[in-house]
Amino acid sequence: MTEPLIFEISRPGRCAASLPECDVRPSALPKDLVRDELPLPEVSELDLVRHYVRLSHLNHAVDTGFYPLGSCTMKYNPKVNETLARLEGFVATHPYQPEWTVQGNLILMYELQECLKEISGFAAVSLQPAAGAHGEFAGMLMVRAYHLDRGDRGRTKVLVPDSAHGTNPASTAMCGFEVVEIRSDKRGNVDLEDLKAHCDEHVAGMMLTNPNTLGLFDEHILEIADIVHGCGGLLYGDGANLNAIVGVAKPADLGFDVMHFNLHKTFSTPHGGGGPGAGPVGVTEALAEFLPGPIVVEEEADEDEGPYYSLAMPAKSIGRLKAFYGNFGVLVRAFTYIRHLGASGLRRVAEHAVLNANYLRVRLQDAYPLPYKRTCMHEFVLSGTIPGAEGVRTLDIAKRLMDFGFHPPTIYFPLIVPEALMIEPTETESLETLDAFADAMLKIAEEARTQPEMLHDAPFTTPLRRLDDVRAAREPKLRWQP
Amino acid sequence: MPYIPHSDADRAAMLKAIGVSSLEDLFRDVPAQARYPEINLPDPMSEPELLDYIGAFGQANADLNHFICFLGAGAYRHFIPSVVDHIVSRSEFYTAYTPYQPEISQGTLQAIFEYQSMICALTGMEVANASHYDGATAVAEAIVMAYNVQRKKRNKVIMSPYVHPEYRATARTYVQGLGLEIVGDDRQDLDAILNLVDEQTACVVTQTPNFLGEIEDFRGVGDRVHAKGALWVVVADPISLGLFKAPGDYGADIVVGEGQPLGNPLNFGGPYLGFFATRERFVHKMAGRLVGETVDAEGRRGFVLTLSAREQHIRRERATSNICSNEALNALAAAVYLAAVGKCGLRRIAELCYHKAHYAAKALSKVRGYSVVTTKPFFKEFVIRCPMPVGELNDELLEWGIVGGYDLGRDYPDLANHMLLCVTERNSRAEIDYLAKALREVAK
Repeated sequence: MTEPLIFEISRPGRCAASLPECDVRPSALPKDLVRDELPLPEVSELDLVRHYVRLSHLNHAVDTGFYPLGSCTMKYNPKVNETLARLEGFVATHPYQPEWTVQGNLILMYELQECLKEISGFAAVSLQPAAGAHGEFAGMLMVRAYHLDRGDRGRTKVLVPDSAHGTNPASTAMCGFEVVEIRSDKRGNVDLEDLKAHCDEHVAGMMLTNPNTLGLFDEHILEIADIVHGCGGLLYGDGANLNAIVGVAKPADLGFDVMHFNLHKTFSTPHGGGGPGAGPVGVTEALAEFLPGPIVVEEEADEDEGPYYSLAMPAKSIGRLKAFYGNFGVLVRAFTYIRHLGASGLRRVAEHAVLNANYLRVRLQDAYPLPYKRTCMHEFVLSGTIPGAEGVRTLDIAKRLMDFGFHPPTIYFPLIVPEALMIEPTETESLETLDAFADAMLKIAEEARTQPEMLHDAPFTTPLRRLDDVRAAREPKLRWQP
Repeated sequence: MPYIPHSDADRAAMLKAIGVSSLEDLFRDVPAQARYPEINLPDPMSEPELLDYIGAFGQANADLNHFICFLGAGAYRHFIPSVVDHIVSRSEFYTAYTPYQPEISQGTLQAIFEYQSMICALTGMEVANASHYDGATAVAEAIVMAYNVQRKKRNKVIMSPYVHPEYRATARTYVQGLGLEIVGDDRQDLDAILNLVDEQTACVVTQTPNFLGEIEDFRGVGDRVHAKGALWVVVADPISLGLFKAPGDYGADIVVGEGQPLGNPLNFGGPYLGFFATRERFVHKMAGRLVGETVDAEGRRGFVLTLSAREQHIRRERATSNICSNEALNALAAAVYLAAVGKCGLRRIAELCYHKAHYAAKALSKVRGYSVVTTKPFFKEFVIRCPMPVGELNDELLEWGIVGGYDLGRDYPDLANHMLLCVTERNSRAEIDYLAKALREVAK
């Protein structure tokens, strides 16, 4: 099933927008600055609607089916969040309106900062970063600024476990640090000996995801924090996996100095086909003045009026990370979710996310190799190296899963597991859905042994069959041309 | 319990299957002293309570549906056709993620491919990525890309003072660890800025229309920048490109900007999208997701994420950027908007902005106490000198039901008492006349 490009259904003279007449006397246009042609499509409104509705039918989404994409926390996106984020009172506010005309926005942001502080145990939060990687970048810039502010210019290295998300080393490098990779041990924890061997006065800090990308809670977290702090470094927490421990433990209590929150994962805001997200950062007291800004502060209440909220730049801020104040529309959704669930609800989120993951782990661990045999947290990693099906790869398993109506897990990550299948069911999925997925995975393991060719050719029931990535990269065709 | 479907029986059966007796047993790896802390959040709310409680925050704002707005400065109130919201509200789009599995993501992939194609058409460039977080971060990433194109051997960036102040600030944040120096924005005119270009210059960044709304004369700029081997980054307002020449046609190497005006509401500053386009020869140095055309096993046309060897999940610390999540849904809105208004509509909207802004400038130039200081050609924004501080004036205008312009004194000390006014196709002649009247009365 394919849909023509919007350019291919274009016909000269059509327009889907109804625009007002010009009600002023036209001024002369600066002829030498005016462009001659503008090759945009020309379509009617009905053509436009059918085009995009047909395209939408070609997508798998949380609202159409199970989406156990590891590390991405594809939980259900509550509709009340959407309803509230679309209120005109929020949507039709300009970022440069006088502060006293947007107190509603500023209170909401302030309250969200307070909620995130309480959930994480951190002393201060900035809502500026637009995504998780943006939050990582902010966090590592703060680590850098912290050391420089103390006159410590020799800290050039950042330790990153070999299981880390790719964004961690990339964010580190963008701050000008050298990345030093730390091995994982046999139980999937950070290898403490390797960590100690690399901790010295040149270490600015460590970036750690806990639970890590194997879905395992590092059993030595407090010791790791001590070792890193012992050499003068700071511990950065990648909050991508917060869904496993939200309401159960506070990252600040585990020894983290700075962490980003993925509001589009833990706090249920939709992923939008790739974004927008939001990646607020929380920090300990020692780092608070370095936060990216502006942040929202509460000012002393006047006698007869309530408190007043305003935007402020922290004293030694690393600066702005973007224009304006963060992805406000995303913040409204996340705040709605937090106030809907409360602390008890958030704890239930983590508990059921972990319950669901362990249930699936137990159902699948005999059919697929499980490299780390431990209780997992919100996700777990299998290997696609099915015994007796040596010719079948993880890619084949992933493609075949689509024929059963499921989005495949994250594949080939983390890098330390060969043929990795990283499965994160999230708490919003029912036992029946988990069982249906497990049944499909078991059937595929069986097919891998009995009909491997079929797996190589899968999928069969999707809008398109397997796509040629190599050709796309070798002969890049990145835009439509007439 | 909201959004958790488990019955007691489900839970019991699952715990039994796992071989543990309670949910708490699953968290034994978490240090006991950190487990189950007290968390002081307000009590949970039901949905009707939430609608009232959060809705009240929205009602506490003075939103622009109840005011006449002449405020722009990087966030613009343009008309958004109804179809845009209907398409981006389809949950097949908004509850999907990055299209890693193309066989079941053709909707998102083709929509991005079309978006990339439209951004190329608008900017006159050859490749465009799937979006950055906003205009400011697109500028910052353009600078980092130029630095990488020059193999990190040139560490000077020359920035026009009339690039959006918050984009300049964001760029400075981005380069603080890379040893890059951003200069030029303490100068006054383009010629003085271009005199700074030398063999150490990675790129020159200019904006059109600039932050003061002017269309600067960029003739010869490309040659002067390229003569020293530097790249030229042009920040553009996408609506203005419906009328004015594409930067790709006058020598820009990278064209970026804030895509919000294309079908995205103001939303108090976000989420927006940064568009980013460049020449094909730089594609391997570009950041962000890219969608390319290919075929499936049966030879049918399809789309995939491509050239991902640039990206963090493959290249890690050697990636072109750390970007992972982008602003895909906002890019979808931009694409639907561009398709809806189309070739003629975008030109028409740009002309409406131009004519109404010029009408406003003429009308306000006749108001005693104020003067229009913009002399160069301008698009939808222009600068007036006011007889009082802009903050005070804006408070007065709010009494008239008007959200006034941007206080340029915030960023340019020599422009104290100067206001940047924005007029779009949303402003009627009656509103403009009313603004003139209000300004006249306030100055009395």
